[in-house]
Amino acid sequence: MQKQATREAYGTALERLGHTRSDVVVLDADLSGSTKTAVFAKSFPDRFLNMGVAEANMIGHAAGLALCGKTVFASSFAMFAAGKAWEQIRQSVCVPRLDVKIVASHAGVTVGEDGASHQALEDLACMRVLPNMTVVVPADGPQTEAAVAAIAAYDGPCYLRVSRASTRILEGGPPFELGKARELRHGEDLALIACGVEVAECLDAAEALAGEGIRCTVLDVHTLKPLDEAAVVAVARRCGSVMTVEEHQVIGGLGEAVAAAVARAGGGVPMRLHGMQGTFGQTGPAEVLLAHYRLDAPGIAAEAREFLEGLA
Amino acid sequence: MKSPATMSALSAAPVRPTAPANAVLAAHANRMRRDVVRMAHAAGCGHPGGPLGLAEIFSVLYFERMALDPAQAGHPDRDRLVLSNGHCCAILYTALARRGFFPVEELHTFRKFGSHLQGHPHLGALPGIEMSTGSLGNGVSVAAGMALAHKLDGRAARVYAITSDGENQEGQPWEMATSAVHYGLDNLTLVLDWNGIQIDGRTADVMDTGDLAAKWRAFGWHVEEVDGHDLGALRAAFDAAEAETGRPSLIAARTTIGKGVSFMEDTSAFHGKAPNDAEAVLALGELGDPAPERLDHGDRTLWLD
Repeated sequence: MQKQATREAYGTALERLGHTRSDVVVLDADLSGSTKTAVFAKSFPDRFLNMGVAEANMIGHAAGLALCGKTVFASSFAMFAAGKAWEQIRQSVCVPRLDVKIVASHAGVTVGEDGASHQALEDLACMRVLPNMTVVVPADGPQTEAAVAAIAAYDGPCYLRVSRASTRILEGGPPFELGKARELRHGEDLALIACGVEVAECLDAAEALAGEGIRCTVLDVHTLKPLDEAAVVAVARRCGSVMTVEEHQVIGGLGEAVAAAVARAGGGVPMRLHGMQGTFGQTGPAEVLLAHYRLDAPGIAAEAREFLEGLA
Repeated sequence: MKSPATMSALSAAPVRPTAPANAVLAAHANRMRRDVVRMAHAAGCGHPGGPLGLAEIFSVLYFERMALDPAQAGHPDRDRLVLSNGHCCAILYTALARRGFFPVEELHTFRKFGSHLQGHPHLGALPGIEMSTGSLGNGVSVAAGMALAHKLDGRAARVYAITSDGENQEGQPWEMATSAVHYGLDNLTLVLDWNGIQIDGRTADVMDTGDLAAKWRAFGWHVEEVDGHDLGALRAAFDAAEAETGRPSLIAARTTIGKGVSFMEDTSAFHGKAPNDAEAVLALGELGDPAPERLDHGDRTLWLD
């Protein structure tokens, strides 16, 4: 089984992009070794600008560069990009709708040992709410590489969330297309709708549940915004029940986006929003934290059983 | 792939206006002050004080200093200005209108529903507006990003930004103060509107920012401290800023808020409040408006003298 952190794939894809796109400029806030923008910096030192530990200033610079024709990738940890620089992202990127890509790594509890201060669990909510913003959370390395190419080709603000921890490279499934959900497993009893590191966990959970006669659809919603409402509604109707799974607060994240889409389509589908239930994270190895918050495959399977038993 | 669509169709790069006499710049400043008073009165709200204090600075920038061409507002080699203290946009709007970017008759729509002249500058709403601003601290970093882009591309264009002593209470300008020196942005000139007044009162009372010229100097900037209403001194300061190499420049302009209208000068009363009818007539009279009693600002002839 091949594993790769999505941030590693980001570094690779960004460097590759640098060869074909001379307008691409990359900014980082003193975390280039961790966000993997250092890979681009090594090949294109003249187009890499380290802005030091000053995220607000970095986003302002990204806007200024974009106004002069650059396609800008600005990276930091999700907490500091989406959190600390939220106001600059709103005012200087989204209001004027500039071609700035904020690629934030170290999101979710899989940050691990750095603990609660570094585990961004609210970033997707903060970014989703912004007009003009596209929000993408790829599930694995190859999907991340495709996502980087897709957002680079799109002219406008984007937020791409990548992870510190290595995740399994998923086999098969439709190719990445911005705004199009990917159905990775077909079933008719329960729709598991996930993004990011939770997609692989859901596939494993679905496999375990299949052994008990529960047939799950697994939908990879890598683009949270604009959401592929048609795909979400279709699997919700087909399965008759939906469980969303995300490494994020259930408030404002994937779950609520899916719930809103299902409600807009008429509702009537029982849902469970699984994720962080209003608490911050804590220190510990990524896999231990995933298990603790029932965000690993066994935890997801257990949640699914409880959900379905409650419906019975 | 982004393609600056206009690039190939462009004619020559914009050039700086032929050096006008100071008397001409003074007349522009006075005309813009009258516009500011009419705009604020027409809107019934807004921030007339700051713009009145910036009239000489904008006169020098838009009628002497900046290489601009209203017919090619998006030319990549134009000089750019970011109004980081976006609430002072009345002076930017009148400067752009008087410089030919849009009709002066539109000035009276300031802050009205559907107007291109929003309460704070909005990118794309009007030609000549280089960035959406309004939240203090943001614009200066954007200006520095533009200057950095010009460095990467080897463009000679200059970037100007206006900041204020109130804005210097934010943290972001000091992040920019550090990075602009690190990247040697000698194509960036920041003008500090140093009037000692903010909405809640005197800066010294609300949050004393101290000797801002010394602070910027300590961050490594080339600093010119001038009387912000002395046209000759301002021109010399901009010359010195352009001559400086290897580091950015700050023109610390000592200004009087509300300058030119006796009862608006050096007070926070008109920082964020429009004049009423009587005050508008009085203000226009003091500024030598030919029809100060005429407050029917929608009549285009009032803007055409």
